[in-house]
Amino acid sequence: MPFVEIKDLAMAYYRDSQKIAVLEGVDLEVEEGQFVALMGPSGSGKTTLLNILAGLDKAESGSVIVDGQNVGAMSHKQLAAWRSRHIGFVFQFYNLLPVLTAFQNIELPLLLTHLSKQERRDHVRTVLDIVGLADRADHYPGQLSGGQQQRVGIARAIVSDPSIILGDEPTGDLDAASADEILTLLQRLNQEYHKTIIMVTHDAKAAERADVIVHLDKGVLTA
Amino acid sequence: MKFARLVLANLGRSKRRTILTALSVTVAFFLFASLRSILTTLDANAEVGSEARLIASSATGITFPLPQAHINRIQAVEGVKSVSWSNWFGGVYIDQRNFFAQFAIDSDSYLAMYPELLIPEDQRRAYLGERTAALVGAGLMERFGWRLGQTVTLQGTIFPGDWEFTIRGVYTPENPSFGDESFYFHYDYLFERTNRQVTPGWFTIQLDAPDQAAAIGSRLDALFENSSAPTKTETERSFQAGFVTMWGNVSLLVRAIGTAVFFAILFVAANTMMMAARERVGEVAVLKTLGFQNGTLFGIVMTEAIIICVVGGVIGIGLAVMSMSSFRAIQSFLPGFSVTPGTVWLGIGIAVVLGAITGIVPALQASRLSVVEALRRV
Ligand SMILES: Nc1ncnc2c1ncn2[C@@H]1O[C@H](COP(=O)(O)OP(=O)(O)O)[C@@H](O)[C@H]1O
Ligand SMILES: [Mg+2]
Repeated sequence: MPFVEIKDLAMAYYRDSQKIAVLEGVDLEVEEGQFVALMGPSGSGKTTLLNILAGLDKAESGSVIVDGQNVGAMSHKQLAAWRSRHIGFVFQFYNLLPVLTAFQNIELPLLLTHLSKQERRDHVRTVLDIVGLADRADHYPGQLSGGQQQRVGIARAIVSDPSIILGDEPTGDLDAASADEILTLLQRLNQEYHKTIIMVTHDAKAAERADVIVHLDKGVLTA
Repeated sequence: MKFARLVLANLGRSKRRTILTALSVTVAFFLFASLRSILTTLDANAEVGSEARLIASSATGITFPLPQAHINRIQAVEGVKSVSWSNWFGGVYIDQRNFFAQFAIDSDSYLAMYPELLIPEDQRRAYLGERTAALVGAGLMERFGWRLGQTVTLQGTIFPGDWEFTIRGVYTPENPSFGDESFYFHYDYLFERTNRQVTPGWFTIQLDAPDQAAAIGSRLDALFENSSAPTKTETERSFQAGFVTMWGNVSLLVRAIGTAVFFAILFVAANTMMMAARERVGEVAVLKTLGFQNGTLFGIVMTEAIIICVVGGVIGIGLAVMSMSSFRAIQSFLPGFSVTPGTVWLGIGIAVVLGAITGIVPALQASRLSVVEALRRV
C-alpha cells in the first residue's frame, strides 16, 4: 500500500450558485521516502490539493489516505492533532511569527507535545544544526535573509519529526542561489532522513531535484 | 503555561499599543474605584446616625430656633429617656476657607447620649469643668496642628464677636464615618455671652427603646403642632440621611457620568484589541497549520485580553487606593472615606469579566478562522 494514496479526488468552489471545478478525478500515489514535484500553471489547483492532503480543506468526493489514515474522515480536532505529528508544512512566504526568534518559531510545534523544556531545546538545536542556522537561533525573522527565513521555516516543519513534508512553492520567493540551497536541503532531508516530500513548484529546474514530477492542469493530474 | 511566551510575545508585538490600551483600562478603573468609594462612603455615612435617638428641629426649617420651654415638655413624654439641646455656631477660624462644623452642646446630657465619642477620662473631666473649654475631633486637631490646652479664637458670624476657647478634650469617633472634624463647646457659654438671648437650634432625644421611635416622633410633633414653634421630629439616622440625600443627587450624576466614561474607555480598548487581532489573522492560520487546536488559540487570544484588562485594572485601582488615602482634604467632605476591600475585589472581578468581554470577539475569530481562506490572503 502506498504511503500517500489519493483516489478520484474532486473539489469545487461555488460562487453565486455557479460551480467552479478546481480538481477533477485526481489520482495520486506516493511511496514512502519519495520526493515528488507537483507542477502546473497558476490556478490549476496545486495549493488546493496540498491543503486537502494536510487536512486543512475538505474534498467534495474521493479519498485521501496518508500512512493508512483516512484524512477525509477525521474531525477538525483530530486533524489538528494529526497534522502536528505527521505533516510538516513549508510556505512560499515562510510565514514565521515576527515577534518570535528563530528558536521560538521552530519550537512552536513542540509546544503541542508532552516534551519537557529541555527536550524541546535539544530538538530545536538539532534541527537548527541540520538547516545550518545554529548561530542564528536568537535572531528575529526580520533580521534574517529570505533564504535563512525559509531554512527556519523548514526547521519548524521537521522539528516534530513528521513523516511527510508539504511545500507550497518553497523557493518561489527566493533568488536562484538561495533557492538552490533550499532545494539541496530538501533533497538531504529526503535522502538522509527519509522524509516523504511533496513540493509544489513553478520552476522546472527545481522540479528536477525530485524523484517524480507530476503535472496538474485545469484540475487534472498527468504524469 | 507553555504558551505563556506566545502570549507575552504578542503583547510585546506593539509595546506602545499594549501600553496605551492598558493605560486606558487603568484610567477606567481608577475612575471606577474612586467613584465607587465615594458612593460607598456616602452610604456608610447615611447609616451612621442612631435609630435610638430622635432629632427634633423646627418644622419651619433647620435654621429656625426652638423655645427653651420645649425641653421640659419633651422630657415629660413617656418613652423619652433624656433630652439634649444644641446650636449651630458657624464661626470662622482665621479664614472663611477653614470651614469646619462648630456646635454649642449641652455637654452633660449630650456626652451621655453619645458613647461613640471616645474621650480620655481626664480630658472629659477637664472639658466639663471649664466654661470656655472645647472638645475637638482628632482629625481637626491634625488639620490645624492644634495641641491640647491651646486657645483658639473663632470669629462669630451668627453670634458676633471674637470667641476664645481652650481645647481641653480630643475625641475620636468609634466609627470613622461619624467624622472627626467637629468642634464642640458648652451651650451655657453661648447662652451667657448672648445675654441669655439664644434658644436651642434642635433637640436630641434619647429613647427608652428604639422601636418606639416612630410613635414618639409623631407624638412629639402632635404635642407642638399648635404651639408657636411646631417641630419636625425624625430619627437621627434619617436626619443625617437627609443631608446625604442632597449628596445623593450628586451621586446619581456621578454614577451616570462615571459609567458612561467607563464604557467609552472600554469600547476603545476592545476596539484596539480587535484591530490587533485582525492584523494577526495570517499568523493564526499558520499556527493552525502547525496543528494548534481552535480551543488553544481561543485561549491564547483570550488570555492576552484578560491580562491587559487585569494589569490595567489593578494599576488603576492601586492608584485610587494610594491617591485617596494620601488626599487628606477629602475627609472633611466625606468622613471615613476609604477604598473598601469590597471595591478592590469587585474591581478586579470586573476587570477579569471585561477582559473576557473584550477578548471574546477576537478569540472567537481566531478559533473559527478558516486556514485556507486566511492563507490565501497572506
Ligand atoms: N475560496 C475560493 N473561492 C473561490 N475560488 C477559489 C477559492 N480558493 C481557490 N479558488 C480557485 O481555485 C482555483 C485553484 O486555486 P489554487 O489551488 O490556489 O491554485 P494554484 O495553487 O495551483 O495556483 C483557482 O482558480 C482559484 O481562483
Ligand atoms: Mg498556489
